[in-house]
Amino acid sequence: MAPNDTLTLIWAGIIGLAIFGYVVMDGFDLGIGILFPWLDKGEHRDTAVNTIAPVWDGNETWLVLGGGGLFAAFPLAYAILMPAVYAPVIAMLLGLVFRGVAFEYRARTTRLWIWDAAFAGGSTLAAFSQGVVLGAVLQGVSVTGRSYSGGWWEWLSPFSVLTGVSVVAGYALLGSCWLIYRTEHGLQDKAFALAKLTGIATLVAVLAVSAATPFLNTDYFSRWFTMPGMAFVAPVPILVVVTAVLFIRALQNRAEIQPFLLALLLFLLSFTGLGISMFPWAIPGKVTIYQAATAENSQIFMLIGVGVMLPIIIGYTAYAYWIFRGKVGHEGYH
Amino acid sequence: MFDTVSAIDLARAQFAFTISFHFIFPSFTIGLASYLTVLEGLWLRTGRDVFLNLFKYWLKIFAITFGMGVVSGIVMAYQFGTNWAVFSDKAGPVIGPLMAYEVLTAFFLEAGFLGVMLFGLERVGKRLHFIATCMVALGTAISAFWIIAVNSWMQTPQGYAINAQGQFYTTSWLQVIFNPSMPYRLVHVLLAAYLTTALVVGGAGAWHLLKDRREGRTPREGTRIMFSMAMWMAVIVAPIQIVVGDEHGLNTLAHQPAKIAAMEGHYKSFPGGPGGGAPLILFGIPDDKAQVMRHKIEIPALGSMILKHDSDAAMAGLDSFPAADRAPVSITFWSFRIMVGIGFGILFMGLWSVVARFNGSLASSGWLHRLALLMGPMGFVAVIAGWVTTEVGRQPFTVFGLLRTTQSASPLDAPAVAASLIAFIITYFVVFGVGTWFIIKLMGHEPHPGETGPTRGEAPRVPILGGAVDIDPVAQLAE
Ligand code: HDD
Ligand code: HEM
Ligand code: HEM
Repeated sequence: MAPNDTLTLIWAGIIGLAIFGYVVMDGFDLGIGILFPWLDKGEHRDTAVNTIAPVWDGNETWLVLGGGGLFAAFPLAYAILMPAVYAPVIAMLLGLVFRGVAFEYRARTTRLWIWDAAFAGGSTLAAFSQGVVLGAVLQGVSVTGRSYSGGWWEWLSPFSVLTGVSVVAGYALLGSCWLIYRTEHGLQDKAFALAKLTGIATLVAVLAVSAATPFLNTDYFSRWFTMPGMAFVAPVPILVVVTAVLFIRALQNRAEIQPFLLALLLFLLSFTGLGISMFPWAIPGKVTIYQAATAENSQIFMLIGVGVMLPIIIGYTAYAYWIFRGKVGHEGYH
Repeated sequence: MFDTVSAIDLARAQFAFTISFHFIFPSFTIGLASYLTVLEGLWLRTGRDVFLNLFKYWLKIFAITFGMGVVSGIVMAYQFGTNWAVFSDKAGPVIGPLMAYEVLTAFFLEAGFLGVMLFGLERVGKRLHFIATCMVALGTAISAFWIIAVNSWMQTPQGYAINAQGQFYTTSWLQVIFNPSMPYRLVHVLLAAYLTTALVVGGAGAWHLLKDRREGRTPREGTRIMFSMAMWMAVIVAPIQIVVGDEHGLNTLAHQPAKIAAMEGHYKSFPGGPGGGAPLILFGIPDDKAQVMRHKIEIPALGSMILKHDSDAAMAGLDSFPAADRAPVSITFWSFRIMVGIGFGILFMGLWSVVARFNGSLASSGWLHRLALLMGPMGFVAVIAGWVTTEVGRQPFTVFGLLRTTQSASPLDAPAVAASLIAFIITYFVVFGVGTWFIIKLMGHEPHPGETGPTRGEAPRVPILGGAVDIDPVAQLAE
């Protein structure tokens, strides 16, 4: 049984949505871990963790949806990519283990520094690894027949390290904007300062990655720099500049929610840019989404599930966020 | 130094290690989530504080276990691609959607309501909080439903066809999901989770009963209640589990006879007829190389009696299957006996507790408490032994009869798999070792009036006055 082209397109959209959903939901949450070393020990750190403790598990579930969705909708892409980015994926998983348990362990331990370090280190490692995976996919992987045929270091390049650092910077930005939104007083002041720094870092990173990507392969280049594609993609960089200006304004006005929303918009734009570069490849230059797609009846079966469940999930997730809304203090919600 | 075979063996070792660790947590959280629902329900219904205290006591332990279950589970979701890429490519169109459904219907549900369950009692009120607890418990059961469907399809595949690229695809989703071994496995695994939880709760209760007696205190009401609840669970569920296990075995005989031959230690076939039935081998030393069972102690004809309900029935041994299709006896034979032994151990303990209940010594019978303490961690042992039986017994296939394990692995270099395996082993022992230590510490204090919930941030490190009685010792927990 063959895939259906329309459904394949829809599924590429859903996977894109799930991955973006993951970045939106878990980005700020990992970002807080990345920022941890710059937050004061004690109250500030506890408050920062309190803002995400009731929701981190749900946030991380989007990662399972992204990975599981890729497995389900494009099994061939999953089967080729996972061995290709083996080391960074394992590193990401181990990082997530350390930071995930730190939520509970921090509350039980007397040696707080160990689990603070695990939280910060695990979050940073996970974010960096995700960026490396992104870079490794963009730069392409070796494929023979239906499987990966490169070595176990193929993912490592200056470009993938650059994307790794960029994602760390971007998540840190989301984390500081989240703290602006959810905290007050001293911690919020700190978050404003951090947002400025990480904002600049993220912009530099976006520029660097954008500058490097078109030169990775001629296909990307022609897409960005020749007509008619150019007319179609030109708005993306322009909107990035506009967003950046608005973001700086918002920080200057000490706006509380705008910085977070604008940072998300920045991510959305970068994500769109990546999508433009990638389409219609599942593995750049090697396997298209149409070749990687699963059988038609699997596509339909899952589409029903997504159609019914996703609105419900968004509903109760929003409800959980609403319950824990408002400014957060350091004593927790017990 | 490394050849391709050892890369596969390393990948198997890594999968076995990570899934065994992962499953330890669900086998406790599935049961505990239901137990917490019962406790909170009893509290809402009776209004007695003792149930609220028990609820909060076990909630703290649940929070830690659940966290460990989540992070080890996310590792599993990616293991299929990293270590079993060819399997993922081929079986993806069938099992991928089932796992996607697990994410959509179970993981989000658990995760979405977990925050409310752990931290929301004051914010949302009793009734909504109870709903959140129910949702988390429901989520764990739904999760089991889908993943067991996946695993069972790999054991007893049906409802599929194979395309030109060698990929499986589905011809009937109902047949895939409700494949022949799925109902048995689902019930058996859920009951196993309940038993495991009952044993842990009973073990913790027994420990405090013993300690209180030694120190001349009357046990608190909460301690007596939880011990009693656990013993009821053991005596009711253990016999059901034994019957279900027997049915499960009969089903396996119909669909995976080679697995049964390996579990039973039958290298040779038995022709049947008067005196020709298969014996039940109680003990023995399997020798896979020579394909014989050494030093065996057996009961004649009982094997045929149990599996075919006819003492003269013929039984296929491993010699009826091609040498390349035989599961290793050495592991399955023993793991099966460990599981069954523990099953009967639980039954024995449960029956003893009924006797003790009738002569009024349930809260004072030292030997029963010692046995319950010993049995405390045995559920985990039985569960792992059960899975090892199931999974090793499926060898040398990943999808039984259709896809060989050697044809399922990723094209990885052995050093990469070896390095990640070592990283997993170190991380898991450190991280989950510490988590287990926290849990043991939490269980080491007796449930008491004024229990606090799973607090976070500063609070737990500042001693909190626990009711009028004493200071909450959890607050001062050390590593
Ligand atoms: C019969 C039950 C069962 C079995 C056989 C498995 N799991 Fe599991 N899993 C659960 C029962 C469960 C659970 C009860 O739903 C967990 C355990 C503890 C928990 O916190 O949720 C969970 C958590 C959990 C999570 C984290 C969910 C989240 O983000 O909240 C993932 C991604 C997986 N599992 C994936 C797997 C995979 C890929 C498995 C097989 C190879 C697997 N599990 C076997
Ligand atoms: C949760 C409890 C489980 C345990 C303790 C467990 C245990 C094991 C063990 C010990 C092996 C190694 C067997 C060998 O190589 O000889 C194995 C292999 C495997 N299992 Fe499981 N398993 C569990 C659940 C699952 C589930 C739910 C799935 C599928 C969804 C699964 C899929 C596999 C696969 C793909 C392999 C690799 C092939 C192989 O090495 O045999 N297992 N498992
Ligand atoms: C005492 C009687 C028991 C019998 C006769 C029995 C029978 C079986 C059989 C035949 C299997 C393998 C089925 C297959 O691979 O196709 C199995 C698996 C398993 N058993 Fe048991 N069992 C018993 C008790 C227990 C207990 C007490 C526990 C745990 C507390 C347990 C947990 C498991 C688990 C987790 C599996 C693996 C999943 C599965 O295939 O169902 N069993 N059991």
